[in-house]
Amino acid sequence: MEVLLKTENLETFIGQYHILQGVTFEAIRGEVTVLLGRNGAGKTTTLRTILGLSPPSRGKVFFKQKEIQELPTYKTANLGIGYVPEDQGIFPYLTVEEHFKIATKGKGDKVNERIETTLALFPDLKQFWRKQAGVLSGGQKQMLAIARAYINYNELLMIDEPSKGLAPIVVEKVMETLERMKGETTIILVEQNYLMAEYLGDRFYIIDDGKTVLSGEMKELKEHEEWRKKYLGIS
Amino acid sequence: MGMLNNRMNLFVIIVGLLLFLLPFIYESRTLLILLTQIFIFAIFAMSYDLLLGYTGIVSFGHAMFFGIGAYSTGIILHRMESTIFTVLLSLLVGILLSLVISILVGFLTLRLKSHFFAMLTLAFASLFLVVAEKWRTLTYGNDGFTFPLPEFLRDRTYFYLVSLTFMIAIYFLLKRFTESPFGKVLVAIRENERRVESLGFHPLYYKVIASVVAGTTASISGSLYVLSLRFVNTSVFTMEMTLDALLMTIIGGVGTLIGPIIGSGLIEFAHHLLTDLASISPIFERWIIFFGILYILTVIFFPLGIVGTIRNRISGKGKKEKYAKKTVAG
Repeated sequence: MEVLLKTENLETFIGQYHILQGVTFEAIRGEVTVLLGRNGAGKTTTLRTILGLSPPSRGKVFFKQKEIQELPTYKTANLGIGYVPEDQGIFPYLTVEEHFKIATKGKGDKVNERIETTLALFPDLKQFWRKQAGVLSGGQKQMLAIARAYINYNELLMIDEPSKGLAPIVVEKVMETLERMKGETTIILVEQNYLMAEYLGDRFYIIDDGKTVLSGEMKELKEHEEWRKKYLGIS
Repeated sequence: MGMLNNRMNLFVIIVGLLLFLLPFIYESRTLLILLTQIFIFAIFAMSYDLLLGYTGIVSFGHAMFFGIGAYSTGIILHRMESTIFTVLLSLLVGILLSLVISILVGFLTLRLKSHFFAMLTLAFASLFLVVAEKWRTLTYGNDGFTFPLPEFLRDRTYFYLVSLTFMIAIYFLLKRFTESPFGKVLVAIRENERRVESLGFHPLYYKVIASVVAGTTASISGSLYVLSLRFVNTSVFTMEMTLDALLMTIIGGVGTLIGPIIGSGLIEFAHHLLTDLASISPIFERWIIFFGILYILTVIFFPLGIVGTIRNRISGKGKKEKYAKKTVAG
């Protein structure tokens, strides 16, 4: 088991608020690691801190055994870390095609091959190829955001609440797609939808009040109703 | 979108050809001078559109580059023999100076948030204005100076054709630039800079390049402007110049390139017409009031600028938005 990404006692302030107060976790290559916790626990901030969007005040982030917490965001991203933010972060005035081309940086011999492979995984996007992303539905935008992060064969994908605001049927589609991606890439998934997390996750970490308080294999969490009740408020 | 672009290119080519033929079929010195001014300001406004419309940068100091081009041409033609070579040299010097200054100013200012950036660019432009006012041995201060033109540029028709060629060439070059993958990254930066960074791009680098392209283009328009006047003074560095470019871009439609050309035409025509009307009634001496009304009406009826609003209507977006609002309300 190779540890692809590791954080050690991450502490992050946003303005005057001490959001992360000691987040420690590992993401194993090829697995889906799920970060769980109540609203405001610090899950999104953890992802943003790893990427350098909210730099940490203390603690360390290792990616392939190298310390990266001091790097600017664009350098961290270029190491092979893709990020799908909570709000999807698509560019409304760019077409689906332009999103793909920007993500691949328009260079390299295998751009077309990469585009084709990605479209095979996200076939719905084909029909909106030349449409501006602003006119897509919520689910299509989510697919586009995931495809944009996936297309570069990033070694690690950090996906923040992919089911948020989507209709149940669309959530199912997103789940199916993520399941197909499983094994091809390493995923850190932040998710409020416990069923989705349970379905996709190999390993879990629960963050509470900015600290990791519990971790283990997903099946353990499935077996321990009292953990779910205590930390997630669900049975 | 592609078809709309092709139509737009065809439209520009046809209008360009008609404008090329105009001086040979309709003789009006006043019209030629007015159109020449429009072409020059269209170049300036297109350069501003690259910043505002494509990259989302609001600069209050863009006149700095216009002024650099203007003074480079003015000073070289004033001090050297006036030939085609010196005119080209002066254009090149303006471009090179703008390039160096836009890189320096870009790296110093583009890290800042939008409003701080806008204020700092204003400060830089004011600095150039003060230098131009105080360095009288070189610039003759606020009084300015005249300079001779080579024989071929004294002909108004010839100069009109030169300005038109520059405008059309710059339009197509900037269009190519904005439609390239680089240009698409600029649009992405305008929409969400942090997100672009998390895709592995360094936004500062892209913004500086956009500022360099905009600065050098503005410098060309400054050079052409003083060639058309055969005179230069410190007015080329003033805030009004930047505001003119801003108004032309907003009225025409930001992020369209063709919009600033239309905006430039409208503003220059309106300016000309309202100033002329002053001889009919003294109320038109306050032409700036009517100008303000025109601006307010344009913003009310064309909130995305003329080209932006028309484009939206053609692509049916306006209808869709109205329908969505009705559905939500209903």
